[in-house]
Amino acid sequence: MLGKTAGGLFWMFRYLERSENTARLIEAGFRIALTRPDGADDEWASVLQTAAVADAYHERHGEVDGAKTVDFLLRDSANSSSVLSAIAAARQNARMVRTALTREVWEAVNDTYMILKEELARPVRTRDLPEKLAMVRQQSALVRGALHGTMLRNDIFDFCRLGTFLERADNTARILDVKYYVLLPSISQIGSSLDNVQWETILRSVAGQRAYRWLNKGESSPMGIADFLIFDGRMPRSLRFAAMKIGTNLTYLEKAYGMRQPSHDQIDVLTTRLDTMTIERVFDDGLHEFITDFLTDISRLGGQIERDYRFLG
Amino acid sequence: MQDKSPFFDEMLAAEDTARVPYADYHGWFSGEDLSELRKKSIEAETFFRRTGITFNVYGAAEADERLIPFDIVPRIISAREWARLTRGIEQRVRAINAFLHDIYHRQEILRAGRVPVELIARNDAFLPQMIGVAPPGGVYTHIVGIDLVRTGENEFFVLEDNARTPSGVSYMLENRETMLQMFPELFTRIKVQPVQDYPVNLRRSLAASAPTDCSPDCTVAVLTPGIHNSAYYEHAFLADQMGVELVEGHDLRITDGKVAMRTTEGYKPIDVLYRRVDDDFLDPMNFNPESTLGVPGIMDVYRAGGITIANAPGTGIADDKAIYSYMPDIVEFYTGEKAILKNVPTWRCSEPEALSYVLDNLTELVVKEVHGSGGYGMLVGPAASKKEVAAFRKKLQARPGNYIAQPTLALSTVPILTKAGLAPRHVDLRPFVQVRPDGCTITPGGLTRVALKKGSLVVNSSQGGGTKDTWVLEE
Repeated sequence: MLGKTAGGLFWMFRYLERSENTARLIEAGFRIALTRPDGADDEWASVLQTAAVADAYHERHGEVDGAKTVDFLLRDSANSSSVLSAIAAARQNARMVRTALTREVWEAVNDTYMILKEELARPVRTRDLPEKLAMVRQQSALVRGALHGTMLRNDIFDFCRLGTFLERADNTARILDVKYYVLLPSISQIGSSLDNVQWETILRSVAGQRAYRWLNKGESSPMGIADFLIFDGRMPRSLRFAAMKIGTNLTYLEKAYGMRQPSHDQIDVLTTRLDTMTIERVFDDGLHEFITDFLTDISRLGGQIERDYRFLG
Repeated sequence: MQDKSPFFDEMLAAEDTARVPYADYHGWFSGEDLSELRKKSIEAETFFRRTGITFNVYGAAEADERLIPFDIVPRIISAREWARLTRGIEQRVRAINAFLHDIYHRQEILRAGRVPVELIARNDAFLPQMIGVAPPGGVYTHIVGIDLVRTGENEFFVLEDNARTPSGVSYMLENRETMLQMFPELFTRIKVQPVQDYPVNLRRSLAASAPTDCSPDCTVAVLTPGIHNSAYYEHAFLADQMGVELVEGHDLRITDGKVAMRTTEGYKPIDVLYRRVDDDFLDPMNFNPESTLGVPGIMDVYRAGGITIANAPGTGIADDKAIYSYMPDIVEFYTGEKAILKNVPTWRCSEPEALSYVLDNLTELVVKEVHGSGGYGMLVGPAASKKEVAAFRKKLQARPGNYIAQPTLALSTVPILTKAGLAPRHVDLRPFVQVRPDGCTITPGGLTRVALKKGSLVVNSSQGGGTKDTWVLEE
């Protein structure tokens, strides 16, 4: 496979994952705005920060405003991480790597692009927002379904999955980081139940609220949520799960190519750290520090994969 | 079809009387509901958009991916008509390859005075870098498209030869695919010669012209200028259908005397490169130094016999419009036979007598730029306004050698489906030929382009043309 093709697949799936996660973030923010109209601006500010577009937003709009934030995150072409920009970038990459995709995957991506371009052509009215966001999620599921149902399990598939999980690890870690002040137990919070709305945003933005409730009999604690999103290997959006998947796919590549690369060592180190670490120690050492290290590792790993498999010249 | 048209209609001999090749189709069509067919027609468009069969239009700011309109009424050719055409096409393609070999070696045809020396020497399409180079297998034009027009029952003319990088074959294939999906019953009723093996044959055919030091499994790749090229879809389509890599210049480098592509496992040598990048951009070290689309040094590998480039660099000299007028001589010179396919009478404006005739009859003629393509920079006299004719006259007088002129041909029509039912529109045909060292394969049919605007004679997709599926009937 061409290095360029591997890179195209990797980025196609990073962008798809990003668009889905951004849609989930908007959904979480929107939910808060509905339930507590007075304090919603803070929540939108933290959503912008999570999506790593706070500076870009302020440059364009200044003050944080719910409707403008939604528009910026959803369809602004000036925001390269907006849902629509990410879908367009995914499709552009898909065009580039078309020969590596089955017709069904290509059509799913192309359809997604055409549908969302049409649906998001104009600013979305508040009452239509849930429907449009649901559409983004459904379209992502469609592409994923086509990928799983029609693609050969070879190196092409591995690069798609690497992109997905690298982006997901990054996105979940960011959500945790922005919320770390909420999760960080302070003297006053010890023993008290966490603000219901706050933890709901976190879990909702990773589609984990229901699972978490099942596992914890409806009780929530800062440590419990952080543990769930960092260490629970059953949770498909946790850092551990993403790291495991990255490891598995790199191992497939190692077998297919008969060659071990530096990125394999990097992911092993990262996985081992997650295996041996506990949530208590994370909180003792500082959640923010832990997340910062993790994000640095993930970004370094992305760069290493790029070099190991010659995405660029 | 109300008025008696002065044009030859390929489907209807008279109102409601279909010609023989169309008899079965016409019978079927008459039993169909018009509104149902219109619906199918819209379905086809959705299908094309989903598949992403688009082309990019140069100079169009909005909507950089456009669809070539597809008409659901097929263009039908009988087995007998086709057999005659293929003989003519084969002869012409053989002559083109012999001409190219000659022009880059001994230049016998120039010595014999059959083609003027200055036409070659002062032609940008002639590449001095190709002099004395022997392409692997002796093939210059691995893929050729011969543009044909028809003016009567047995009147076919070659309008143009495409010996560089003929495009449109993806439309030929997707058009058939679409028709098979939409009208399966038609294909059980009417026996149509298949076209679907084009990509498999192309790969075989390219491999047959591989260099002698080729690896046993022969690595073929398609070279594209990239996703912004107007024909990118076709490049990706062909690579995909052949099961080979689609590469860009920056994926390639020269290692150990071979052109190699950057893969996830390191650099892998390529034996045959089907390039869809123009000569000028192919190699910044040997041609345009500004090019970022090509591979520095590929010409040196080529000259050393390390790679097959399809089509060979420098083949443009054979499809140059100034050379075109000499094609009957060229065919005769190399094959010893009279050309089976006729040329359209052509005035070379470089010749003073011809120029004065052209200037006197500008409103009757079609004038083309010698090096132009895609329907850009041409004048269709009868369809042009006075202002356009006057402006063109100035351009022509300023650089007569840059132009040729031809009579406005009474192009045949084939009906398209409109809101009001069938309506005749002018068509041309581009059959595709694959050339191997030991012969050639012509895919039955080719790409039919149709001018969708009533009365228009310009079929180019960039100028409002559409396409049709082309059927060659079984014996």
